[in-house]
Amino acid sequence: MQTLIFRTAAPYISSLMVLFSIFVTLRGHNEPGGGFIGGLIAASAAAVYGIAYGVPAVRKALYFHPMAIAGSGLMLSALSGVFSIFHGVPLMTGVWGSFGFLGATVDIATVVTFDLGVYLVVLGSFTSIALALEEREDG
Amino acid sequence: MHQEWVTLTVLFLPFVGALLAPFLTRFLNHQAAWPLAIVPALCFLHFTGFIGTVSSGQTVTGGYPWFESLDVDFSWLIDGLSLTFALLVTGIGTLIVLYAGGYLKGHPHLGRFFSFILLFMGAMQGLVVSDSFLMLFVFWELTSITSFLLIGFDHAREASRRAAIQALMVTGLGGLSLLAGLLLIWNITGANALSTLLEQGSALRDAPLYLAALLLILGGAFTKSAQFPLHFWLPNAMEAPTPVSAYLHSATMVKAGVYLLMRLNPVMGDTVAWETILPLFGGATLLVGALLGIRQTDLKLMLAYTTVASLGLLVMLTGFGSETAIEAAVLYLVAHAMFKGALFMVAGIIDHETGTRDVRKLGGIGKAMPITFAAAVLAACSMGGLPPFAGFLAKEEIYAGLGFANGWTILLTIVAFIGNALMFALGFAVALKPFTGEKVETPKKPHEGPALLWLGPVVLAALGLVFALLSTFSHGIISTPMASAVAGEPVSVSISVIPHIGLPLLLSLLTVALGVIIFIRLTSAREAMASTLQAIGWGPDRGFDQAIRGIIRLSALVTNRFQNGRLEFYLTATLGLLAASILIPMIALGELPVLPDFPDLRFYEWAVFLIAGIGLAAVLWARDRLTAVVSLGIQGFAVAMLFMLFGAPDLSFTQFMVETLSVVILALVLTRLNLQPSDHRPLGQKLLDVTIASFCGAGLGLLLLRVTQVPFNAGLSDFYAQYSRVIAHGRNVVNVIIVDFRGLDTLGEISVVMITGLAILALIRVATPRSTKTAAPAKKSEA
Amino acid sequence: MDLIFTLTVAVFFTVGFYLMLSRHNIRILIGIAIFGNAVNLTIFTAGRITRLAPPIIPIDADALAAGTANPLPQALILTAIVISFSFFAFLLVLAFRTYQELGTDDTDDMRVAEPKNEGLPPLGY
Repeated sequence: MQTLIFRTAAPYISSLMVLFSIFVTLRGHNEPGGGFIGGLIAASAAAVYGIAYGVPAVRKALYFHPMAIAGSGLMLSALSGVFSIFHGVPLMTGVWGSFGFLGATVDIATVVTFDLGVYLVVLGSFTSIALALEEREDG
Repeated sequence: MHQEWVTLTVLFLPFVGALLAPFLTRFLNHQAAWPLAIVPALCFLHFTGFIGTVSSGQTVTGGYPWFESLDVDFSWLIDGLSLTFALLVTGIGTLIVLYAGGYLKGHPHLGRFFSFILLFMGAMQGLVVSDSFLMLFVFWELTSITSFLLIGFDHAREASRRAAIQALMVTGLGGLSLLAGLLLIWNITGANALSTLLEQGSALRDAPLYLAALLLILGGAFTKSAQFPLHFWLPNAMEAPTPVSAYLHSATMVKAGVYLLMRLNPVMGDTVAWETILPLFGGATLLVGALLGIRQTDLKLMLAYTTVASLGLLVMLTGFGSETAIEAAVLYLVAHAMFKGALFMVAGIIDHETGTRDVRKLGGIGKAMPITFAAAVLAACSMGGLPPFAGFLAKEEIYAGLGFANGWTILLTIVAFIGNALMFALGFAVALKPFTGEKVETPKKPHEGPALLWLGPVVLAALGLVFALLSTFSHGIISTPMASAVAGEPVSVSISVIPHIGLPLLLSLLTVALGVIIFIRLTSAREAMASTLQAIGWGPDRGFDQAIRGIIRLSALVTNRFQNGRLEFYLTATLGLLAASILIPMIALGELPVLPDFPDLRFYEWAVFLIAGIGLAAVLWARDRLTAVVSLGIQGFAVAMLFMLFGAPDLSFTQFMVETLSVVILALVLTRLNLQPSDHRPLGQKLLDVTIASFCGAGLGLLLLRVTQVPFNAGLSDFYAQYSRVIAHGRNVVNVIIVDFRGLDTLGEISVVMITGLAILALIRVATPRSTKTAAPAKKSEA
Repeated sequence: MDLIFTLTVAVFFTVGFYLMLSRHNIRILIGIAIFGNAVNLTIFTAGRITRLAPPIIPIDADALAAGTANPLPQALILTAIVISFSFFAFLLVLAFRTYQELGTDDTDDMRVAEPKNEGLPPLGY
């Protein structure tokens, strides 16, 4: 799969996919999308990049170990769920807040961070699986 | 006055003692017997406190609610019968704990032994004072389990293990029968406690299911009390250390069955079935036990068979039905506990001090062990029924009770006569042969044991004398209340050591005469018996082995048949059953769905279904694996299209991504495997598989169609639709359900995803090299 | 509409089961993947099929309009898809490693845990 066209296009395709995955995740609460889909798209981006440039390049690009990403995502989700306890409401209740950002009002909620956690878990786990399998290809 | 909490404490005291025993033994070694004996002694003292109340004819009950919803209490019933048993259990228990300290001195597991024996004592004590059926059953089984532990105490020997398992199986199965019997009685009479049952009089006797209940109860009682032909476990249980044999297998546990029969006599006795079955089995057990005992040369086994015989005698007397017979049973039971316990302990001392229990290799040790000798003779006199000992009272009463009224009673009298004579001979064989005659060389040089050893037999043997000499007093506190409880009406026991001229006395004299003759000719009688048994060659004991082997073979056969290690067999069976369990009830109950109208679909929707079908077909008929993988992708994308067309864009996207990734990783793996390209099932197998798969598919499809034809309950969906935006501030309801309403589920799910990721990494990295045995370090990846 | 969907589900189940009855690991694996799709479609159908709009609340409304698709089965299926994918990957790697270790993908040759012609258990006590 190491054709010139593919190798040239792959970085652009995968960066676009990563961008798109973040977009899909964030808009998931109101439009079709969400952490699961976003994570899968991002994992596919990593897979595409890996097919073009090999596993070491992906690992370098990700900087963190994929399972570390997944782990931090799980932690983020869990903390988002626990956060509500400090507000005197039961576990896993969404807590909402908003702040001004460049003149616009941005809503932020524990549900969003929860979904980001899901995104990271799916991204990390599935990238890890794909990379592990591709790595066997080389060895 | 009776304080309930004190009794409750006493019931649990032995279990506390069992907990402490190992620690005490660690610090005090065998001297721990002294402080530990305080436990049963305290229990004994507590129960003596009831003597006054009970001997005046009153019954003490008490307890606490246990399972209130089932109306089951943790309650106790103390009348003459249970009090006598409780006194025997705790009194002999005290002596046994002391004796065990001497007998097992220096044994590495002495602490464990003390623990077990106290556990047993707690169980037995609970059993005899239990009022509620459930409590009775629990303690009953607990005695079986502790008996298993004690028989198997010397677990390094196979004989010991076998005896333990045998005892557990026989008595455990009997326990189940007892449970069934108790539940049946509960069902018939509505009483779930002995005290309420005893108040009902003859309600149980007249019930149509009386016979079934009786047989079930007898199943429990006969196994526990080693009645022929289930007697074989008791002699084998002699593998246990001697304190156990003396305590469990002569004085207390084996009498639990007799206790149960005596307890139920007022409500279940006095029927034709009762008065036929009990004497029949009891008499047979008496004869078989006594005759088999003649054959033995091991002191403990001789005693064990006389115990079997005694239990038979007790069952026979209990079932005989006359008041005098019950009095005889009561007297014999008490006397037996004392003389048999003493003789067992004597046998243990002989074994301990000389190194052998074989009666042929012993002789003339009386000079070296005078105290033990004295105790043995006292106990044997009681066992032989000589005046003025407790056994004499019992034997007089036995002959008086059985009488010569008709053929049946004459037969039973003859059986009792022969049995008694044989037991007389055996008792004296144990008590005299080792001590008298010429001195024989023994493995160890005999000398008197320490006080811990001889205290028990001396006290018990002496009690047998005191009981009879002070007969008015002992009848007042023990025999009369107990006999009244067994008979279910006030009875007065009055027999004393002063002989009454009459038929019973004549029979007693004849018994002694016959016993003396057998004693003198014991060696030739033993040989005759041995050759007879040789000729028969088969007994229930071997039958047990054969049954166990048979069960193992059968289970191995069944296991190998159904767990044959072939995955496709398991799947075929599972799926076949699945199809049957869906289709058969559906057709049988007429729940088949009605055929709906032909669907009105747009052409592109038809196309998607068609593509899915083509994808599936391509998977099935793919020539090589890669084609199969790609075809798998086709059906996956078709499913994604379906989701898209029918209002589920989220699903659609996810399905697309998942299918892509699936195909990618499948292709990655498959290109590395050198596999047979296609299916190699023979045609017949294929047809079978197609049939099963089709039935399953059709069954699930029909079920689904039927589901869609029942009214839809949209309650939950409506809730989410209603509150998704109002409460959770999200417009994409699917996403809101996932991350908010059902967030905890999602958290669990991503944890699973995470774990599978880790598991896959572990699987891939930890490669065990096939050629070398030593595990290579896991391959380091470059990350 | 229910008819064609149940028919599809039945066909998916049949094909999945047929493949699972094979002796070859990879075919079983493909069978499981199809079985997963069949289950998802079952849930989808049991929640009632509608060709209408996805369950997304319009920007100017507070609640879902009547006639939109049922969101509940979709949420269930969405998680099911992801879970079944991760299990699929796990099984795939397991099959791969099995092949590496045992040199076969025929389940009949994998008799380490349940050896052929296993004798009687010990008959002693």
